[in-house]
Amino acid sequence: MNILKKLALGAGMAALLATTAMADGMVVGFSQIGSESGWRAAETSVTKQEAEKRGIDLKFADAQQKQENQIKAIRGFIAQGVDAILVAPVVATGWDEVLGEAKDAKIPVILLDRGIDGSPDLYLTSVASDQVHEGAVAAGWLVQAVGDKPCNVVELEGTVGSSPAINRKKGFDDEIAKHANFKITRSQTGDFTRSKGKEVMEGFIKAEDGGKSICAVYAHSDDMMVGAIQAMKDAGLKPGTDILTVSIDAVPDLFTAMAAGEANATVELTPNMAGPAFEALAAFKKDGTLPAKAIITESKLYTQKDDPAGEASRRKSLGY
Amino acid sequence: MEPVLQGRGLGKVFGAHQALQGVEIDLFPGEVHALLGENGAGKSTLIKILTGAYQPDAGTVVLEGAEVAFRDPLQAQAAGIGTVYQEVNLVPNLSVAENLYLGHQPGRWGFLNKRAMHDGAREVLATYGLEIDVRAELGSFSVAVQQIVAIARAVKLSGKVLVLDEPTASLDRAEVERLFDVVRRLKDRGLAVVFITHFLDQVFAIADRVTVLRNGKLVSTQAISGLSRTDVVRMMLGKDVVFAHAPAMTEAAEAGPALATFAGVGKKGSVQPFDLTLHQGEVVGVAGLLGSGRTEMARLMFGVDSADTGSISMGQPLTLRSPRQAVAAGMGFCPEDRKVDGIFGELSVRENIVIALQAKLGWFKALSRDEQDDIAGRFAEALDIRAANHDMPVRLLSGGNQQKVILARWLAIDPKLLILDEPTRGIDVGAHAEIVRTINSLREDGLALLVISSELDEVVAYSSRVVVMRDRAMVAELKGAEISPQVIVQAIAAQEGAAP
Amino acid sequence: MKLRVQRLITPQSIALVAVLVFNWVLFPGFFSVEWKDGRLFGSLIDVLNRGAPVAILAIGMTAVIATKGVDLSVGAVMAIAGAVAATSVEGGLSVWAAVPLALVAGLACGLWNGVLVAVLDIQPIIATLVIMVAGRGIAQLITQGFIVTFTDPALIYIGTGSFAGLPMTVLIAAALLIVTTLLVRRTALGLLIEAVGVNRSAARFAGISALSLLLLVYVFSGFCAAIAGVIVAADIHGADANNAGLWLELDAILAVVIGGTSLLGGRFSIPMSVLGALIIQAMNTGILVSGFPPEFNLIVKAGIIIAILILQSPVASRLFKRA
Repeated sequence: MNILKKLALGAGMAALLATTAMADGMVVGFSQIGSESGWRAAETSVTKQEAEKRGIDLKFADAQQKQENQIKAIRGFIAQGVDAILVAPVVATGWDEVLGEAKDAKIPVILLDRGIDGSPDLYLTSVASDQVHEGAVAAGWLVQAVGDKPCNVVELEGTVGSSPAINRKKGFDDEIAKHANFKITRSQTGDFTRSKGKEVMEGFIKAEDGGKSICAVYAHSDDMMVGAIQAMKDAGLKPGTDILTVSIDAVPDLFTAMAAGEANATVELTPNMAGPAFEALAAFKKDGTLPAKAIITESKLYTQKDDPAGEASRRKSLGY
Repeated sequence: MEPVLQGRGLGKVFGAHQALQGVEIDLFPGEVHALLGENGAGKSTLIKILTGAYQPDAGTVVLEGAEVAFRDPLQAQAAGIGTVYQEVNLVPNLSVAENLYLGHQPGRWGFLNKRAMHDGAREVLATYGLEIDVRAELGSFSVAVQQIVAIARAVKLSGKVLVLDEPTASLDRAEVERLFDVVRRLKDRGLAVVFITHFLDQVFAIADRVTVLRNGKLVSTQAISGLSRTDVVRMMLGKDVVFAHAPAMTEAAEAGPALATFAGVGKKGSVQPFDLTLHQGEVVGVAGLLGSGRTEMARLMFGVDSADTGSISMGQPLTLRSPRQAVAAGMGFCPEDRKVDGIFGELSVRENIVIALQAKLGWFKALSRDEQDDIAGRFAEALDIRAANHDMPVRLLSGGNQQKVILARWLAIDPKLLILDEPTRGIDVGAHAEIVRTINSLREDGLALLVISSELDEVVAYSSRVVVMRDRAMVAELKGAEISPQVIVQAIAAQEGAAP
Repeated sequence: MKLRVQRLITPQSIALVAVLVFNWVLFPGFFSVEWKDGRLFGSLIDVLNRGAPVAILAIGMTAVIATKGVDLSVGAVMAIAGAVAATSVEGGLSVWAAVPLALVAGLACGLWNGVLVAVLDIQPIIATLVIMVAGRGIAQLITQGFIVTFTDPALIYIGTGSFAGLPMTVLIAAALLIVTTLLVRRTALGLLIEAVGVNRSAARFAGISALSLLLLVYVFSGFCAAIAGVIVAADIHGADANNAGLWLELDAILAVVIGGTSLLGGRFSIPMSVLGALIIQAMNTGILVSGFPPEFNLIVKAGIIIAILILQSPVASRLFKRA
């Protein structure tokens, strides 16, 4: 054994001793994708809050949508000898080498919000929502709210081919198919944006007899729903009353609409991915408890009963 | 001796237009045969039939006694007839050797034998008196060298007849000489060379026989030795053109008041400082070889390039940083390269004529359509611009008519000083004569003109003074009786080689 | 009169009519327009309303392309202008200050592009790429990464209000079209721009100040993009820095090309470019009301565009003449 290796081992031992000594004084690196959406910004601020709550020293690195920045950040964390690494991977492939290095350094890695194509040995666990389940929760609310009346639903899809669009459609459509009084009459992509959501909804209203034959609208994202609500209002319809709305994400602007009675329900994509991650990490550090390979976050339903005005302002402070 | 290539009763019709009718031509081995005619006379149609680019509607092509019908130029080339055009159509970023052997590289089993190729190329070019690095990119050599490489390639692939289509249009005097040397070697090797050009001097310098076409018909084929320049011009035009030198008129005009003074104007790396004063009603000719600084001088005078020394005045002091300022002061400039710097190909004849006046008037004083039609009509008539209508794109006009459009553009601003850089280059004899006439009449109207030209006869004919440029400096100014082609040539050639 | 009618029959107008008829076949209610809440309401109005932003971009883009240039930055400039307008009204400014501020932001972006192209002589595609890439970042800095939602009724009116039954957006686009067309055709600007586009060197020799014309067209394109950006933000009551105007530069270029202006510069027609924008929007709206699955959107669009471009290709026009 040469001197360098000895030194490295010594340093590793010292680090190990230090962490066991003060279990909740952990140092955790977090490689975030960027801040491309309000939800992403909220995830960052919730992660920081969750770390602070637990007395964890969070090292934050913004990758600005670039995998090479994430790889650099992870190497940096390894060099600093952090206790654990959280990664929200920007793409699914190309992680084998750098996560292998983390594994060699005995630093556990937890994936947030998105998965990777690679050996499950490379990470401790992944925390993400179940997108199919989100769609099913939305459908469940609609089925319960409408009851046995016949109901024609129009659907605003996310970007064609993206996994949230595919999964949220599948979860919703499968659940709806179980109920004969429901029919999805139109489905088009609104690219997850407000303006496309508005434009597509305008088209649906024209095509469905001025909106009279639409019973409910389902949108894969709240942003599209915010646009669709405007389209309905512009056409002289009352969203939330004439046409029921249900969408996914739980962003503040949708709660504002809900407070005004213009939206009915949203399924939360929680920005708190870090909470469950820190729980799993603490258990693992304490007695080596291995968590499940995939931790699913709760897909909570919010309706007009859940203090929408309060939710709106609470969420705005998170950076949505 | 038998002719190597013959055209018998050749005819070609495009739509309703009879481009060629009953033309006979014989080409003998070891002769240089000039093909002359105004634009539209049928020269290029005839050549395209002989080289397989067109199929004749009437008549036959006979090669070495046997009738042939070429599908395309490649077939004609394989049969022995090669062509070199004005624009070298080789690949500038391949090496000289690669260009020579393109498509016929020496080698075995698909492997290129570079050494054989380079040795072969060197050998071939040596027979043309050309010793250059055959591995260098073709584009790094002058147009003349590229031209010779193109000839070498054409001769290598064909070997019986070589057609040179305006090969000298972009060459200077020394380069032309070099090209002619190559042509003479080919002649001695027994090739028949067909030579198309606008330059009568060159016809007399190199050709053995000349065939003249007019309006698609054969005028005559004659040995050059029995012809005078006037004879040839008469055959081409069917009328006499006279480049009359009228010294009495030009000398009288010199008394006009000074219009523009350029004192010590120069630019480093472009033209050494020169002094020049132009008077109303005079034509100052500028003689000099390509690269002598003649064009650069004109660019400084028109503000295309900014002078870094000297002063300019036109009644009052002028600072020229752009042509716009020169135009505002009353100057106009017909550039040497019409296509690049002169015409707006896609715009109409009318728009091309009014554009400088409109630019001078500014963005918001638009000329109405009626005013535009009026201006275009007036100047088109005055300069005899031949266009089917004034709304057709100017690119469809012949070179001579395009040049007249640019002249009209400047006359429309009612200029005081006109600079013409090679106004008669590349245009047919008829248009040529008209432009010379126009220069004379503008002088009579009191304009000052500065005319750059490579055609010494022309310079002598219309200039009241001649300045001579050499090595980027003004080296002589000739007046009155001093003005003759011989004196100018001496001034251009003086101390050649003695200069640093 | 006869001649006039003939002038209206162009490949573009044929294409627009064909797309509209096609839409009508797929959705019989396509041409029905009703009066509702003091405004016209129907799919045709949607085509005009939704087509307005791209039409406005295309007006500016036409001038740029006529000079042999291209402006890739317009989508990002839209995002910047929307962000400026939204944050200004949210910051307490009145709409009379916020909108001019947004337009100034657009003018500034255009000036930047113009300086790079005209003064520094950088290729337009590269020069305008700078703001195309950086512009969204600037917009995000202005909005601090949020979708800035606003409730100012005057600003919202620009995007969703109506006057004399027609959407404001349509009226703005129409006014811009008329003013610009008159400006380029009643002054010498049109001819001088075409001259610069056909042959910049010859333009210089003819005493045209190509520099100031180039500055002008890029500044104008930035101005148009800012108008479109304000409209799009006003439409959704918010500035979405990530998505506002995303890829619309390509739609605008396509509209200009469909309108028959060559990317090589020269001859241009602003009304034709607007027609091109309407063709694109008629396709988009048609797809929305037709009920095609969204997976086919792009293929359908591509197919129609190819058909239009073939229809106006030189080869096809020669066939037309023969027929």
